[in-house]
Formats: sequence, C-alpha cells, structure tokens
Amino acid sequence: MTLLNARIPEGPLADKWKAYKSGCKLVNPNNKRKLDIIVVGTGLAGASAAATLGELGYNVKVFCYQDTPRRAHSIAAQGGINSAKNYQNDGDSVYRLFYDTIKGGDYRAREANVYRLAEVSTNIIDLCVAQGVPFAREYGGLLTNRSFGGAQVSRTFYARGQTGQQLLLGAYGALSRQIAAGKVELCNRRDVLDIVVVDGKARGVIARNLVTGEIERHAAHTVVLANGGYGNVFFLSTNAMGSNVTPAWSAYRKGAFFANPSFTQIHPTCIPVHGDFQSKLTLMSESLRNDGRIWVPAKMRDVERLRNREIQPSDIPDQDRDYYLERRYPAFGNLVPRDVASRAAKERCDAGFGVGSTGFAVFLDFADAIKRKGHDTIDALYGNLFQMYEQIVAESPYEKPMMIYPAVHYTMGGLWVDYELMTTIPGLYAIGECNFSDHGANRLGASALMQGLADGYFVLPYTIGNYLANEIHTPRIDPGLPEFKAAADEVTDRLNKMKNAGGKEPVDHYHRRLGKIMWEQCGMARNDAGLTEALYLLTELRHDYAKDVKIPGGMDEYNPELEKACRVADFIDLGELMVRDALQRRESCGGHFREEYQTNDGEALRNDKEFAFVAAWEFKGRDIAAVMHREELQFKEIKLSQRSYK
Amino acid sequence: MNFKLKIWRQKNAKAKGGMVSYDVTGISPDSSFFEMLDTLNQQLIIGGGDPVAFDHDCREGICGTCSLYINGRPHGPVKGVTTCQLHMRSFRDGETIHIEPWRARAFPVIRDLIVDRSAFDRIIQAGGYVSVNSGGVPDANSIPVPKHDSDSSFDAATCIGCGACVASCSNAAAMLFIGAKVSHLALLPQGRVEAAKRVQSMVARMDELGFGSCSNTYACEAECPKSISVINIARMNREFLHAKVFSEKEKIIRESL
Repeated sequence: MTLLNARIPEGPLADKWKAYKSGCKLVNPNNKRKLDIIVVGTGLAGASAAATLGELGYNVKVFCYQDTPRRAHSIAAQGGINSAKNYQNDGDSVYRLFYDTIKGGDYRAREANVYRLAEVSTNIIDLCVAQGVPFAREYGGLLTNRSFGGAQVSRTFYARGQTGQQLLLGAYGALSRQIAAGKVELCNRRDVLDIVVVDGKARGVIARNLVTGEIERHAAHTVVLANGGYGNVFFLSTNAMGSNVTPAWSAYRKGAFFANPSFTQIHPTCIPVHGDFQSKLTLMSESLRNDGRIWVPAKMRDVERLRNREIQPSDIPDQDRDYYLERRYPAFGNLVPRDVASRAAKERCDAGFGVGSTGFAVFLDFADAIKRKGHDTIDALYGNLFQMYEQIVAESPYEKPMMIYPAVHYTMGGLWVDYELMTTIPGLYAIGECNFSDHGANRLGASALMQGLADGYFVLPYTIGNYLANEIHTPRIDPGLPEFKAAADEVTDRLNKMKNAGGKEPVDHYHRRLGKIMWEQCGMARNDAGLTEALYLLTELRHDYAKDVKIPGGMDEYNPELEKACRVADFIDLGELMVRDALQRRESCGGHFREEYQTNDGEALRNDKEFAFVAAWEFKGRDIAAVMHREELQFKEIKLSQRSYK
Repeated sequence: MNFKLKIWRQKNAKAKGGMVSYDVTGISPDSSFFEMLDTLNQQLIIGGGDPVAFDHDCREGICGTCSLYINGRPHGPVKGVTTCQLHMRSFRDGETIHIEPWRARAFPVIRDLIVDRSAFDRIIQAGGYVSVNSGGVPDANSIPVPKHDSDSSFDAATCIGCGACVASCSNAAAMLFIGAKVSHLALLPQGRVEAAKRVQSMVARMDELGFGSCSNTYACEAECPKSISVINIARMNREFLHAKVFSEKEKIIRESL
C-alpha cells in the first residue's frame, strides 16, 4: 500500500501558506513565455486559473464543451460566496471560517488545505469587486452579507440569487481579456476524452471537436483539470445536462487516484420530482432558509386532507404544524447544514408526513417573513428565485408555501490532490469541484464558489510555478509523440465500439437506469445489502450498455448522442467505484449516511478511530477491482467531536 | 397533450435546410419544452431516425445556452423566460408549433437549431471587462458604491448572452447585449476608469462582426428573457457620444500643442 504524501508544509497551521509562498520556486517572465499549460473547464476554477496564468505570462489553452466559457455551470450557483471579511463585526475570523468548514465537512477534510482556503477567501472578494462584480450593498455603499447553513455569523456575499453568474462573468471577463491579449487560446465545443502521459508526466489531452467530430491532440508542459462535479451519475441532479466526469475519469484511468467518490451532497431545497419525463432538477437556493420556515403537518389527518385538496396549507394552524428543523435543532433551526436538513426531510416523508402529489415534499414557508419584513424586502432578497419557482411549478411562493425535496447537487469526492493541488500523476492538477480536498464529507453552503475561485485565482498560480520551474529546459511538447497517437487511437477505438454496439435503446435509457440504482442504493441513505446489490446491478448495466446502446448519426459530425454516450459510459464505471467506496466506509459522516451507523436519535455516527482517512482509489484495469489507499487525516488544531447543531 | 411540430432541419452549416413535420403525443403539461423535444428525440432514435439537434445545458434559465424561435418568437410565447423554462402548459393541446433557429447573419447555423454565437465572445473580448489582474487590488469596502448604482449595474449584468435580442431585432442589432455590458461596468467606479475606451472598442467590434444597427423598436427588451431594459442602450449611446466628443476634443488639443 502506497503511503500518500499530501506534502503539507511544516510549521504552525496559520503560517503554512505564507511559508510555502516564500519558499516555493518561481519561474522568471522570460521562461513563462516558453511554457504551455492546458486548462480543462471554464467554470469558476478553470476560468479564474486560465485568466490568472495568462496574466502571469504562460501560454494557456483552455477547453470547454459549451459554445462559450461563460456558460459553465458555476453560472447557476445562486446563494453566495463565503469570506472571512468580518465586515459585519459579528465575530468572524479566518479561524472561524476554517473551523466551520472542517466541522461542516464532518471532520473528513485536510486541515491545512481548509485553513488556506479560509485565508485567501478575503482576497477573492477584493478581486471580484475590482472586476466589477455587483455584490449586494447597503445604503451606505458598503457590502452586505447574509447567513448560510452551518454558521452562526453572516459571512456570505451575494448578488441577489445570481451570485454564481456574477462571479463567473467576472472570471469570464478576465479570461476574455487574456484571450484578446493572445495569452489564452480558447478551444470551445470540445470534449476532453483522454489525458496523455509521457514518461510519467501529464503532457496533453485528446479532445473531440464537437462540431466536426475531429479527434485532436493538444500538448503542453502541464495539464490542469477543472471539469466540475459528477452529480449527473444520478441522472437527475441540479447539474447542467452536459456536466460530466469524463476528463477526471480519464485521468483516473491513467493513474490519478480518485478520492472519496461516495461523498455526494444531497441539497435539501430543490423542486420535487414530478414525472418520469423529467430531465433535471432545479435548486432553490439555501439562502431561502434564512427567511423560509420548513414544516410538514403534525397530524396525519391534515396530510390526507391536503392531498385530497380539501384544505390549503394556510388552513393548518401553527400548533398543528411540525417545524421539524426548529424542533430538532433549536440552536441552528432552519440553518442546519445541508446533509442534516436533507436527512430530516427524508425522515418526515418516509414517516408519511410528506406533502405534494407524491408525498415526497415538505413546505418552505415565507408567510411569516413576508409579514415581518414586507413583500418588497422579500422580493429584493429572493425575487428571481420566487419567479423561477413559479415558472416551473405554476404556483406563487408569495401566496402558497414552496414545496421542496432534497436532490443531488454537489460532489465532495474527486481526484486526490496534495497541498499543491497536484494529482498522483506528476504535472496533472485538479482544481475546483473536480478535486476532493476542502469539503470533507459535506460542503457548507456558499463554499463551492469560494473554493473554485481560491484554487484558480490564488492557489494554483503559485503551486504550478513550483513544478514548472523544473520544466524550463523541457522544449515544447510535440503532439506527434507516440503517446499522443496511442491515446488518440484508443479514443477513436472506444468511440467506434460504442457506435457499433447492438443498438437496442438510446443512451438516456441506460442513464436513467444508472440514476435509479445510484439514487436508491447509494443516495441519501445507504446500507450493506443495498450497496452489495447495487454492485451486481451496475455490472449488469455495464454489460447491457456495451452490448446494446444505440447511437444514431456519424462520428465526424455534430452528434450530441455520441457525446452523451461517452459521458454515460464513464458515469457507469464511476458509479461502481462510488458504491465500493460507500461499502468500505462503515461509518456515517456528512452526506454519507450508512443506516447501520447512527445514534439513537438518528444522527450520523462517525467512527474516527477507524475511518478518519481519505480513501484514494487506484485504477487497476476495467475488470479488476480498484485498490484503495489511505491518507490518514491529522487533526492537530481541531478536536474531533460529535457534530451538534442542537 | 398532443402537438404537431414543424422543425427546421439542417445537416450542417453548408447544407440547405427546411422545415420538417413531426407529431408528439402524450406530453404532460408539466413537462418543459425541452423535455417535450427529448421525447421526440427518443422516438426518432428508436425509430432509426435522426434526432433534432438543439442547444441546451443548465435547463434552469441562467446559462443562456438555449435559443429557439418558437412560433416566430425568441424563447417562445411567455415573457421573461428562456426556452428551457417554458412549459407545455403554455401551449394549447393539438397546437402546431413552429421551431426555428435564431436568424441573424452574425449567428450562422451549425446544425438544425444550433447557431454559432461566438461573435458575442468577440465583442466581450474587445473590452467587456475591467483590466485588473488577480492580486494587488484594494480592499473590497475601500470604495463605497451608492446602492442605487450598484443595483442598476446588477440589473444590466444579469444578461445571459443568449442572443434573443439579436434574434428579435429586424436589423439583427446587438445593441441591447452591448448596452447591458457597457452599463454594468460604467455604473460602477471600478469600471468607470476604462468606460470611454470600452464603449468605443465594443461598438467598433460589433460593426465589424456584421450586426445591424438599432432602429428603436424595443423588440429586444420585449423578448429578452431577463427583461433587460432599453435604458441600457440609451446609456450606452450617451457613453459613446461622450467618449467620441471627449476623444475628438483631446485630439484637437493635442494637435494644437
């Protein structure tokens, strides 16, 4: 078993990053011009990294499957971005943000990485404001904040319900500036289908041009993956339709370890599933829990009367409502972390108290807030979210409480990276959601935007220099090398095989089957029997898919079904690894809830003695079981304790 | 619900396109427009046909990937929403629905309903940003910004870059798109520094790329899924005029020295 070395700098926690920055190698401007970097993905992490690396003087090539970098799914993040600015003078600090993030992640994240994240969080807000991001402000002209789950301070900066959009447009602006300056080359409408490794180092990618179908080879001194999360393994999720794991999964197949794949986040406030034809789920920002109160009827009779449409939710008097989060967690109330809120909703619905046509929904009620703050204030805070809800559900949250249910939203697991954000393949980096590093077993709200931008603007630009300083004598990498040809041939071969399969059912059919297995056996609650069954079902699915998938159209033309087919093939393989990871982790922590391991009152029961480690999986071949490596987590600063929000 | 669809089919940028009819049946009124098209595509694939290519991604109205002229209107009949947020309950059972790609010289068709909107990227590259590098910027609260300005800036900044404004305009002008970006940045002290240069380069780039000119019909505002106001066009025109006059004045002064 390899011992994974996270290469965390020595010294006290608060000084590690400072010490690293003072000691890391630098590349002089003349040499930066001679070094090429590939960045895959243009969300917050990818766009901010590509722009910053371009500013520094490197030659950057950036890839996205969308038609333009501005459409990456970071754009859909609603609620906000955390930062330890303490502008509210309510007791916030770098240490508190660090502490909340470690605790929120249920003590399964690395202290040093999280501390650095909290530290650079303040730089992010400064930079975004300088870029012209129109954050919400007070009448005095200064920035305002809101509260988010898992924290008792207000540290979340926001731009109405469109924070992700505004931050991404800031990064997209910075990226556009570098494209105009000729420092970044944009390769849009490209799927990255393989990573090329030459003499043990990542040296390029194989991409498919989605418009022409051409299989292209791109070479560079180093490759940065920023391809986002893999929530679409569940078919229904809040991810964009095109969000996929393929670049990260290709890296895994080439030797990069994949860490904690089973750590997925089920977000408590999404619009419930309403039919078989459904293609995706829509999130309603966590910020709504600042003012919305979550409840279900306390009496079964009211549940039935609601379902038969004999009464309206507003007809149920306050004493007959069960505000179950406020009841179970008086200290944090409706603002408990996401995993806790999701499980509590599931518990009530499983007990039969759910509302809506399917019984799998709970109320998120704004009546009290509207009475207290007025219609206009609520509108200013959540206007676009209410409008979005009304558009989808055809009911106004001003008149009737929203109905919500948990849905797959974010994946904490991802490529294993060290302190420098490098994977186990030298020269291959992973940033943003596609790495595993900062959120442990559960991500707190408003922390994803923070991590994506921290990695891209402020961390990677330093750490990548430490690697590239040793590459200044390496001439430009030639995409004609045999390793590139072999990788390109392998990709073409893989596509051909899929294209020439039996042709029974379209890709979506298999994707739905995959989603159903994952949601039922590896979703909000997991157990040994279910997971074991899932392994069997996934193997069966994998065989059916290889044998029978039906892909219309040609290879050398715009072919969305072929794109989907590649993505789903990787999702099926990933699903299996997620299940294996969930099986081995015989404890409950954060978003990973094993039914066998819970306290008497149904809370997650961690096992720090045996499981305070990161599970990093090594690929051994498609039909051979992956091998697990451990990175033991050291908690020097924070005392491990049972997470309590009561 | 049942519908008759008439959809623009075009193999690639060079091929000749045409409208083709399809029937879809048993569609839920709660299904989204794209879920209806998904159903059609699944039928086409199973039947050995060629599925309809259309652009879509987030399906929650924010990424701006989706387009489509539906019955002659960008993003369909409902005001203030993108195609992905359109639901079939907004149509009559049995209705014939015409579906076409954006039509504009600057947005050539790639396949079926997909067009190339990279002209928008090139306009932004001409100056739709504030020229600051990562790092070395002042504290975020060091420059107070009046809430009103900040809010107006945000309203303009909500543009999703979908191109409905261009598609709705009889001249295929991109004035609302540029106006929104120019306003977003010009209203903030951080963006003010480069405001004059920005508006001139963006407008020049727009002209180069083959977009038409504005004739004040306000169709763009009416069809914008984010309801971005034409006030932003007025603001851009003022910025532009100011920049031009100012730069002329500068030139005269410089030459007279």
